[in-house]
Amino acid sequence: MTDITKNNETDQKSSIYDELPDAPPKQKLKLSWTGKIGVAVVAFWVLMVFIGPYVAPFHEADIIADDSFLDPDGTYWLGTDYLERDILSRILWGARTTIGIALTATLFAYFMGVTLGIAAAVTGGWYDMLFSRINDAILSLPTIMLGLLIVVALGTSIPILVGTAAVIYASSVFRIARALGQDIMVMDYVEAAQARGENLWYIITREVLPNAAMPLATDFGLRLVFVVLFISSLSFLGLGIQPPMADWGSMVRQNLEGLGYGSYAPVWPALSIASFTIAINLIVDDISAKSGGSLARKMI
Amino acid sequence: MSELLEVRDLRIEAPKKDGPAIQIVKGVSFDVKAGEVVALIGESGSGKTTISLAALAYSKPGLEFSGGEVRLHGKDVLTMEPLEQRALRGNRVAYLAQSAAATFNPAITIGEQVTEAAVLHGTLTQEEATKRSIALYHALELPDPDRLGRRYPHQVSGGQLQRLMAAMALVSGPDLLVLDEPTTALDVTTQIEVLKAFKKVIKDEGSAAIYVTHDLAVVAQIADHIVVLYAGEVQEQGSADQIINHATHAYTKRLMAAVRPTPTAGLGDKLGDQHDRDVANLRVTNMTAGYGGIVDGKPLITVLRDINVSVKNGHVVGVIGESGCGKSTLARVMAGLLAPAKGEVLLDGENLEPEIKKRSLADLQKLQFVYQMADTALNPKQRVGEILGRPFEFYRGIKGKERRQKVAELLQMVELPLEFESRYPSELSGGQKQRVNLARALAADPEVMLCDEVTSALDSIVSSNVIKLLKRLRDQTGVSFVFISHDLSTVASFADEIVVLYAGRVVEQGPVDEVLSPPYHPYTRLLISSVPEMRIGWLEDTMQKREMAVGIARGVEITDVGCPFFNRCPIAIDGTCDVEIAPTREPSPEHFIACHRSMDEILEAEQAPQQILHGFEKAAPEGDKAAKPH
Repeated sequence: MTDITKNNETDQKSSIYDELPDAPPKQKLKLSWTGKIGVAVVAFWVLMVFIGPYVAPFHEADIIADDSFLDPDGTYWLGTDYLERDILSRILWGARTTIGIALTATLFAYFMGVTLGIAAAVTGGWYDMLFSRINDAILSLPTIMLGLLIVVALGTSIPILVGTAAVIYASSVFRIARALGQDIMVMDYVEAAQARGENLWYIITREVLPNAAMPLATDFGLRLVFVVLFISSLSFLGLGIQPPMADWGSMVRQNLEGLGYGSYAPVWPALSIASFTIAINLIVDDISAKSGGSLARKMI
Repeated sequence: MSELLEVRDLRIEAPKKDGPAIQIVKGVSFDVKAGEVVALIGESGSGKTTISLAALAYSKPGLEFSGGEVRLHGKDVLTMEPLEQRALRGNRVAYLAQSAAATFNPAITIGEQVTEAAVLHGTLTQEEATKRSIALYHALELPDPDRLGRRYPHQVSGGQLQRLMAAMALVSGPDLLVLDEPTTALDVTTQIEVLKAFKKVIKDEGSAAIYVTHDLAVVAQIADHIVVLYAGEVQEQGSADQIINHATHAYTKRLMAAVRPTPTAGLGDKLGDQHDRDVANLRVTNMTAGYGGIVDGKPLITVLRDINVSVKNGHVVGVIGESGCGKSTLARVMAGLLAPAKGEVLLDGENLEPEIKKRSLADLQKLQFVYQMADTALNPKQRVGEILGRPFEFYRGIKGKERRQKVAELLQMVELPLEFESRYPSELSGGQKQRVNLARALAADPEVMLCDEVTSALDSIVSSNVIKLLKRLRDQTGVSFVFISHDLSTVASFADEIVVLYAGRVVEQGPVDEVLSPPYHPYTRLLISSVPEMRIGWLEDTMQKREMAVGIARGVEITDVGCPFFNRCPIAIDGTCDVEIAPTREPSPEHFIACHRSMDEILEAEQAPQQILHGFEKAAPEGDKAAKPH
């Protein structure tokens, strides 16, 4: 307060060219210990996506044990599943399908949803009307039914699975992005940019997106979990990942009866899903708690 | 026992994880006697709100009481059990927040909210509380007191809501009221009506009050005892008379100096002619504008009617009027943010496209709009350097090192340190943000700046500094200003010409010294008399005046026919003023008054201030009328 009540007269005008302070520092993101744990867990699983099949003791499809639902021992570290396969191996192989498909699908969903949603908020008018109504139609359909329909019609393959999940989840992202965008569009600073004559691209990338990035990132962590569950449900119905390929979601489902025999078979893949999704959310929470604005710009 | 509240060596600090705690309040002591109004004054950040909240044993999140005592009836409230404190709040000690609009829940009726605290604390039954609230509505001169409780907050005006909040605080008969800047956000005419009601009800109820404000002129009207604060310390305290008339401390004197002077002729600096040109810089002709679709050449909701304003090169045109009179709409039409339904906007004699999308980049650059709220006008995710640098790059293609130099020059021009380049808006104070907001408009190198209430959200010391800055910018750059404000004193000291708007029409316009000296339009007269003077007893004197008796009691009515000010005008002519549009008179060159009365009649009325020409019988508070059976 005190420094602005003083009136510095502008007599040292010539000197300011030499004395520019250093350029604004690029802030480094510092994570708390929870965030670091999150990063470690995600890094581990991403590593497994690439090297999982090589470090796994057995092949995902090998039926090697003498019995189903064996307890963990020296050979089968996490026991065996209902078809006498090694659970550890299947989890390591499954990282590739589950994380690969879910993450790709969620990223696609975000790309589509955010682009169209923010564009709808910024342009408004008939474009907003058209896309919002189409979006409402998609939202009104039960996701599993819609997914089944698309997969049955187009055949089962991993690209189609990714595409289906992306389109279905893009509709909820669209709605969030549009709502966020509309809130930001009425702010004075956006109007100031419009009054300056800025084009649509500048307004979207510099004014709207940085302010929408944080809530969208928080939603990303949540949306990823939904996509994992969605793909598991399709797999359970026989239309997702085709056996004998391992996938964490279907592993939980298929081994559920093991609980009756006192086996931990469904718990391990469930823990894998939990560890991955919780880790993602830990990172997101940490970032949203700490970032002032630096991260938002990095995300774009 | 006369001391109701004793504050002794109160210390409040903000603990930090690393390093020592920041001291917010540093050993403050004062007393409040029963039935006395104690004012805490100081600029923003002086800790006045924090201290006043201590009377409720409440500290804002992140703050801690670190020492001292606050004794109510001899008992320390800070060391009470949470349950005891709860019984205290809203019951024995009541708090009135600054913004009534943000305090009331829009979904619950007024009556329920006013009586809630008393019923919740078990002080009164619902029936008793309702009865008492109606008595308070009468005392506060609110309209239709018997049925007011059944209305919702959006159905009453801002000034009425502020008084309702007083009713809410008083309903359980508290020993102590804490009023936090209750009139700061109000227009002068509304402020005076609220002040009058507060003063009366505090006297009638006999409760003591702590009145927090930065406005010494308001304090002079209501306080018995004044405590002057700066940076969490008491600078000076004493009776109102002692502080107002015989201040000794340097800081108090500085506060006094920042009090807005009574708007009169001759306050502003004389304008040089170095920037004069033949063609008016910006002109608005026969403009009508409003919101909603346009039906038969008229907008659905007409906000402005037949406006003619011209801004000469290097001049400052002040636009003044109560909230809702269309001031901001005028600036938005000029900026192209709202297309007018009729009329034209001319820049340097050439027609401007009504819509901003069709205006050329050069036109956009010449006209810059400065928003009222710097908080929402600056993107929170952009550093100051980028906010200020963008117009350079956008309009003039200046990039890289040169852009940074331009930003540095600009920061220096608005008296901010160069390091601010790397800060985010959230890291600046209110006054600093407003400077950045102004600097962004300057970065475009405009010919006209449209400033919408740029000083309204700032306290008096900061806002007088911003005005000084604007004056210097005008002299240095020759930029013309359209300066919108509801604060007549600020306009009087800064503007060269004044446009007085009332209910969407220009009622008076002309050079500042002409507008602020007789003959006045009756509305201008009302505005001028409503600006509080730093003089004890001013409120009572003013309420005796006839324009107050008529003008304060009634609200604005927007009419299609006749003079909009008819129902509040002390010299209105029945049968003429309410049906015919007022003719424009020109008492001196370029000074226009829209009134049915001739200038001689207006001057005559000025000289006989006690003579009521019209409408006094209708001037009784609406409440009394409504109380009678229909």
